[in-house]
Amino acid sequence: MVRSHLRHSRLSGIFLEEGFRTSRNDRNRENTMDLSVSIGHLKLKNPVMTASGTFGYGEEYSEFVDLNRLGAVVVKGISLEPREGNPPPRICETPCGMLNTIGLQNVGLRRFLKEKLPYLRRFDTPVIVNILGNTVQEYVRLSEALDNAGVDGIELNVSCPNVKKAEMIFGTDKKTLAMLISKVRQSVKRAVLITKLSPSVSNIQEFSKIAEDSGSDAVSLINTIPGMAIDIETWRPKLANITGGLSGPAIKPIAVRMVWETYNAVKIPIIGMGGIMSAEDAIEFMLAGATAVAVGTANFVNPEATVAIISGIEGYLGKKGMRGVKEIIGGMNNA
Amino acid sequence: MSRHFKAKITNNLSLNGKNGLLSIEPLEPVINPEPGQFYMIGVSNSHDPFLKRPFSFFRKTSEGIQFLYEVRGKGTMMMKGFRDGEVINILGPLGKGYPEPGGDKTPLLIAGGMGIASVFSLVEAFAKRAYVFYGAKDKEGLLMLDGLEELAGELIISTDDGSFGEKGTIVDVLNNFLTSHFSLLTSHLIYACGPKPMLEAVSRIALGRGIKGYISAEENMACGVGACLGCAIKVKSQKSKVKSQIYKMVCKDGPVFPIEEIVW
Repeated sequence: MVRSHLRHSRLSGIFLEEGFRTSRNDRNRENTMDLSVSIGHLKLKNPVMTASGTFGYGEEYSEFVDLNRLGAVVVKGISLEPREGNPPPRICETPCGMLNTIGLQNVGLRRFLKEKLPYLRRFDTPVIVNILGNTVQEYVRLSEALDNAGVDGIELNVSCPNVKKAEMIFGTDKKTLAMLISKVRQSVKRAVLITKLSPSVSNIQEFSKIAEDSGSDAVSLINTIPGMAIDIETWRPKLANITGGLSGPAIKPIAVRMVWETYNAVKIPIIGMGGIMSAEDAIEFMLAGATAVAVGTANFVNPEATVAIISGIEGYLGKKGMRGVKEIIGGMNNA
Repeated sequence: MSRHFKAKITNNLSLNGKNGLLSIEPLEPVINPEPGQFYMIGVSNSHDPFLKRPFSFFRKTSEGIQFLYEVRGKGTMMMKGFRDGEVINILGPLGKGYPEPGGDKTPLLIAGGMGIASVFSLVEAFAKRAYVFYGAKDKEGLLMLDGLEELAGELIISTDDGSFGEKGTIVDVLNNFLTSHFSLLTSHLIYACGPKPMLEAVSRIALGRGIKGYISAEENMACGVGACLGCAIKVKSQKSKVKSQIYKMVCKDGPVFPIEEIVW
């Protein structure tokens, strides 16, 4: 069966290693534990990256985290023109989670290239840029410009729940999604192309398959889940935008399930995210089938969460007598 | 020196049913706070609640830092349960505090309710030079009066129900004061912290009378370091010549903003 072949090759590491160039980012040579993984042709020194929108443009957290230690930095979603974002209140905490409706506030492509990217380039860590547009053309222009600027990865945001217009539609309509990814694929020559999928679909496998078939090198899942909360004293919604995206530990079981379902449907690597607070959470995602993980809301709780999770994964592997993190990818499916 | 540090609770004093004064001792070298800055305090190790809570820097002590808090929800309820010796995680000092007044300007400090938590360190910094206007709903809501009497140049108090000090809002009291004293004071500078309606009213008075000043804003916050973009506040854009409004972040650009910048 195709599926079992896929599993086998993944676990033996052949799929991940074969034919991939070694990037400039391998610093683990002196270390006996091999934490490196590959997302398409991009090699990461470890599987822990930041989730878009939770780590600013990297600089915000650089006093707490040595950015060199991260698998990759995924920056706040960038649009062609700057976006102002939604009115406050933009966030509220809910049991084991938080709702946000930032509204994709960002500095825009020009300022990102001029002011934010040069800072990130000082570090020996791949930079992945999350992008969003109102039209296919906007996504194409963004990805072209970023690819030319030499970013390591482009993550298509087709799943933000906090905008009324296009982004969400791209993520929940199969034809539109296929067309968008194919067009962007043609303009991205160097960077790996990642599609960040919406959890607001009944069948995540289908959408992952579309991403794969349309030329995506990897999928990120999941984005936040639409939700809302009401203040029972004022009878008003707790967010000015009424609804927002739910993140944090509350959504983790949903995310793990979607990673597992996707793992069994596609061959491209999965970047798993959704409520990862600890190394244990990250390992759970990898056992379900994630090749890499992204840490999001946890950064707000503990600005050093990413490095703590990297150390925790290393400790776990050591305890299990393993030599590399690739050994656990999709491990549940084999146990 | 890191802005992310562990600290030991040295005292958690209950001031009344809902207010407390938390004293902490950092367990590592920390950065000196300035009046108006704030800290994010980790209230639990669980996932509910899990976000750190923002609190104004209240006062420095010989052993560490103090925070004045009000029990408003789940997080502050857990804070009330902090015991001596317990170790907590703190992020700070964060944000931009109150700028120093230039020249010989007379500082008018206005605090409404828990706004005193932010204004108190400024009262202390001005060492007997400031006029302090402090209002609360009732006598019970007035905190740290002994300290204020000692440190303020002049202390003017009001309660909504008249149970202590003048009856009425502190905004009314400030307005009356400015009307009767305006000619005596050569130049003033306003610093205010309190509920949004109070800050808006103080800002209108300041703008109306041509007095410069600063307010300390409050907004729901997650990260405290300008990354999540959650704590947006609408301000007038200063860069472009065309009049426009943009969002700034309370945690990083503030919490203290010039009065003329805020869009109410």
